[in-house]
Amino acid sequence: MDFNENFILGCSAIGAGLAVIAGIGPGVGQGIAAGHAAAAVGRNPGAKSDVTSTMLLGQAVAETTGLYGLLIAMLLLFVKPLLP
Amino acid sequence: MGHGILLSGADNIDFMVHGIFQYSFFGHPVWITTTHVSVLIVLLILIGFAIAANRAMAKASEEPTGFQNVVELIVEKLDGMIDGTMGRSAPRYYNYIGTIFIFILFSNISGLLGLRPPTADYGVTLPLGVLTFILIHFCEFRYNKPGDIWKDKCSPLPPWLPIWLPINLISDIAVPISLSLRLFANVLSGTVMMALIYGLLGWIATAWPAALHVYFDLFSGAIQTYVFCMLTMTYISNARNDN
Repeated sequence: MDFNENFILGCSAIGAGLAVIAGIGPGVGQGIAAGHAAAAVGRNPGAKSDVTSTMLLGQAVAETTGLYGLLIAMLLLFVKPLLP
Repeated sequence: MGHGILLSGADNIDFMVHGIFQYSFFGHPVWITTTHVSVLIVLLILIGFAIAANRAMAKASEEPTGFQNVVELIVEKLDGMIDGTMGRSAPRYYNYIGTIFIFILFSNISGLLGLRPPTADYGVTLPLGVLTFILIHFCEFRYNKPGDIWKDKCSPLPPWLPIWLPINLISDIAVPISLSLRLFANVLSGTVMMALIYGLLGWIATAWPAALHVYFDLFSGAIQTYVFCMLTMTYISNARNDN
């Protein structure tokens, strides 16, 4: 079987689009973290800076999986590893 | 042949690392790339700042004025951040954490100077992650007894049944990879986004992308710097078994 270059590039683009769906998870997770942080600040406004830094740290760690999806998408689009 | 809509107007989209000068290193071709140049510029700025700070502190006065204020503010903020996370053992790590904090921060916001940020190259962030990895395991072996380390590596199961050992080892090895990939992918996504905006929109992209620079370069860069240093400090504290 041989596929021409356009077919492989098109399939790579579809794969890149599918890979970026990984962004749903971090979005939901970061939203939950931010909501709980807002609730915590509402309950205890004195701890605002501590809550904010903990929230940012947790959000950045949760973001990692989404970034892996983004990396896969970029590899597929710009490095084109599937081309022979 | 056509490459579709993305690449059709994309002759001037440019966010890749370029080679500038090639030389032979024991018969193996090695490139000096744009990343080296960016790192060099960042380092020159930082060294210049360090020399100026040293001059200012050499004739420091009891009541700080001018530049001495700035230097003391930076050092106090950094030390305070490290104190807040590492507690008692913080003074031994002021130099390392402070250095990587300032270097990563300047690398991330060097997109504002028109450079390609050095941290958008995996060859820069991986060594940072590996440094942290070495420091973590140095602290682990220095401050723990070998028996305790073995027990910790087999942790959910008793030490005479090392079934979980490979999984714990893999999670140890994943630490520098995930640290460096997180920083790399965040900075790279900002770089790619700005390159696409400038490359695809042409004359429409005048003035207003400054707002995006504030987000992608300043905000995102500062957050990722903070996260990298925070995680490094947390891992080192855990390895030292301080609490």
